[in-house]
Amino acid sequence: MSQIAVAAPSIRPRRTGGAFGDKVFAAFALAAGLLVLVLLGAIIVSLFIGGLPSFRAFGLGFLTDADWDPVQHIYGAAVPIFGTLVTSVLALAMAVPLAFGIAFYLTELAPPWVRRPIGTAIELLAAVPSIIYGMWGFFVIVPAMGDYIQPHVIDTLDGIPVLQDLFAGPPFGTGLFTASLILAVMVIPFIAATMRDVFLTVPAVYKESAYGVGCTTWEVMRSIVLPYTRTSVVGGVMLGLGRALGETMAVTFVIGNTNRITANLFGSGNTIASLVALEFGESETGSLKLSSLLALGFILFVISFIVLAISRLLLRPRVGGRT
Amino acid sequence: MSATTAMAEPRRDLRMAATLSRRRQRRNFVIKVFCILATVVGLVVLASILFTLLRLGIGGLKVTVFTHMTKPSGEDGGLLNPIVGSLIQTGIGAAIGTPIGIMVGTYLAEYAAKSVLGNAVRFVSDVLLSAPSILIGLFIYQLFVNGHGYSGIAGALSLAVIVIPIVVRTTEDMLRLIPVALREAAVALGAPKWKAIVLICYRAALDGIATGVLLAVARVAGETAPLLFTSLGNGNWSLDLTKPMASLPLAIYKYAGSPADDWVQLAWVGAMLITFGVLALNIVARVALRPRR
Amino acid sequence: MSTTMVETVEKAGIGPMTARSDAALHPARISIRGLDFFYGTNKALKSISLDLPEKQVTGMIGPSGCGKSTLLRVLNRMYDLYPNQRAIGEVLMDGENIIAPGMDLNQLRSRVGMVFQKPTPFPMSIYDNIAFGVKLHERLSKSAMDERVEWSLSRAALWEEVKDRLNASATGLSGGQQQRLCIARTIATRPEVILLDEPTSALDPISTLKIEELIDELKHEFTIAIVTHNMQQAARCADQVAFFFIGELIEAGPAAQMFTSPRQKRTQEYITGRFG
Repeated sequence: MSQIAVAAPSIRPRRTGGAFGDKVFAAFALAAGLLVLVLLGAIIVSLFIGGLPSFRAFGLGFLTDADWDPVQHIYGAAVPIFGTLVTSVLALAMAVPLAFGIAFYLTELAPPWVRRPIGTAIELLAAVPSIIYGMWGFFVIVPAMGDYIQPHVIDTLDGIPVLQDLFAGPPFGTGLFTASLILAVMVIPFIAATMRDVFLTVPAVYKESAYGVGCTTWEVMRSIVLPYTRTSVVGGVMLGLGRALGETMAVTFVIGNTNRITANLFGSGNTIASLVALEFGESETGSLKLSSLLALGFILFVISFIVLAISRLLLRPRVGGRT
Repeated sequence: MSATTAMAEPRRDLRMAATLSRRRQRRNFVIKVFCILATVVGLVVLASILFTLLRLGIGGLKVTVFTHMTKPSGEDGGLLNPIVGSLIQTGIGAAIGTPIGIMVGTYLAEYAAKSVLGNAVRFVSDVLLSAPSILIGLFIYQLFVNGHGYSGIAGALSLAVIVIPIVVRTTEDMLRLIPVALREAAVALGAPKWKAIVLICYRAALDGIATGVLLAVARVAGETAPLLFTSLGNGNWSLDLTKPMASLPLAIYKYAGSPADDWVQLAWVGAMLITFGVLALNIVARVALRPRR
Repeated sequence: MSTTMVETVEKAGIGPMTARSDAALHPARISIRGLDFFYGTNKALKSISLDLPEKQVTGMIGPSGCGKSTLLRVLNRMYDLYPNQRAIGEVLMDGENIIAPGMDLNQLRSRVGMVFQKPTPFPMSIYDNIAFGVKLHERLSKSAMDERVEWSLSRAALWEEVKDRLNASATGLSGGQQQRLCIARTIATRPEVILLDEPTSALDPISTLKIEELIDELKHEFTIAIVTHNMQQAARCADQVAFFFIGELIEAGPAAQMFTSPRQKRTQEYITGRFG
């Protein structure tokens, strides 16, 4: 073996240390972790402090008062809270079946070679900025709603009790229903992606044994996959709800932006986020109006925090290794 | 059928089975069709958005969009200052948010994997990941703008807050994919833990972390709501971070709602640019991640 | 126990195995005295006492889960990475108890190197893999580093195969080459002791043979401890053999004696493949 031409290095003094570097790095990591907690606390506290004058002025009545009157300086949150909840729930009612259909298709029905491209396309839908959905909604969906869908629906349902009040004219195209529709389209990719991921966690043996006794694809989904993934599926739906509640720009474009509570889903309304976005520029620093907007922000934060927290708790088992 | 003495041998009723089977197959077919339709709806929406952007945006795409400032309607304005403002605020936001996000992800993966504090941090970070961005804007307004005035840096900070949880998530996930043996091998050579993390683990997770950063940039580049209350927008050329700063989403928002046709046209051009930019970033990020799987 | 059928047959078929080495044992480089080890509350090692003779190979054998790998991980304090693991007792090296608190772990690990079961190339070039460990402990000029890389790769019998692609990624090497790279990386920091944790269990027979030849070469310079599942490997490589069973050291002695006339019945049974 002639390769030992290079002499063996002598034992030399060794550099020690590193313990100090370890301490510093660990301290930075911990500080960063704590910063996240501080961030959440600071968001809650700053919104609450900002809303305090309004809470003081109106008390609990702030939640139930339907007036928003900058002239009289009377502000109530009932309308935007109503609008937020109605549009979000309606959006979810439309989005969940569709998202489930997409997830079912992508995991069980689609030929393997299309799963990736279609899955990517659905995920890209989630990446389109909110304001683009607003413009698309305003320039494409609103005219379609106003010219074709709403007049047709109003005519068809005329005379049927309850339904004729839920879907009444005039057909402007904008309104709560249109906002819900846009919201539904926006949250579908989030819910579908979550559902797809949790459906994929079902062990193949379970599904195979069900196919083995002669189940159809749907029966396997209903009796094996859905029961197995139930909590995570609900978690995914809650995640979508959390997204819908705070969506701002898209809603602002299409909801009509009037401060009234109406049972007519084709009528216009507003949401917390859209009201804040629209009115903020017209509020003076230190005014009761600004405080009321911040108070609205605080309320929205509390609602979304609860929804998102539930979603996280339900989704937790899905994420492997995270205990 | 009552409980008789001996149990009868179960018989197979073939006619019943056939009837049931037809019914089951029919239901299965109907649901399959629904699922395909749902997927088609999703794809049609994406196609419709992209088609609308091209149809209404491409006609207004001229060199002056990139060389002219925003101007009053009728004066052949462009989007130069919003584009530059967006680049600056997105860049600073990512530059602030990324290192913090990486450190938090490192904390979760390497130091506090199962501790109570670690679980709390992970939980809060996950909640912030989906928190309404408009509230981040209000928060930064309360903290930095109220009393000091709107500024580009405030806009960048609000974007940084949005970047952090995205980077946290991917960093933690990617670090967890690295085999324990690799860390131990570095430590066995006498590397202190922090060097094993920085020199070995980060390098091994580089693709994934970069993907997270790209996705975060793509997400904040189109953010509009938080900028409304922080950088406000600016019709003039300004690189001063302490003054209001223009941005593409805010310009689109302002122009799309205006009655002037040339402004609406510019809004569509801006919308087209930002959407295709954001989608391109997403595709690049996904392709970069691909070889790991 | 999780030994494969093949291994069992091999062991049974060979009958009394003979060790290649009949050397007398050298003075101890590391002395383990009354060592207990805990995973949480579970005691994994029970008062182990064993000497690792200087510049010889100690083969640690025994069924899986018997604690031999655990012992290896005590010797470079790898267990310190995990908060619920602890060791009690004495592990003496140059008269110093290396498991005592206050030990400089990074320095200890540069003196006691380790090679793992699966190859662990770092995601960087072959050259940088070697340089990584060296840079932790020394400041070398470029030429001195080049020299060190060549030296360690030569000693690991890898130089001829990789000298033309030192800047290629280490993950592109074959499994056997990767493992020799890991050995080269370990000896590049000039440790005094090398710990090998089943270093060939993930390799094919030819790569295994190369590593075994390498171990034979390296023992002229380094004190070596090797954990192995393979009785023949122990017979081929070890000067001293230590047999572990359920956390206890049943017996240890010169390889020749352990294979021909073990004192304990259980050792006899294990070596002849009666269980395992």
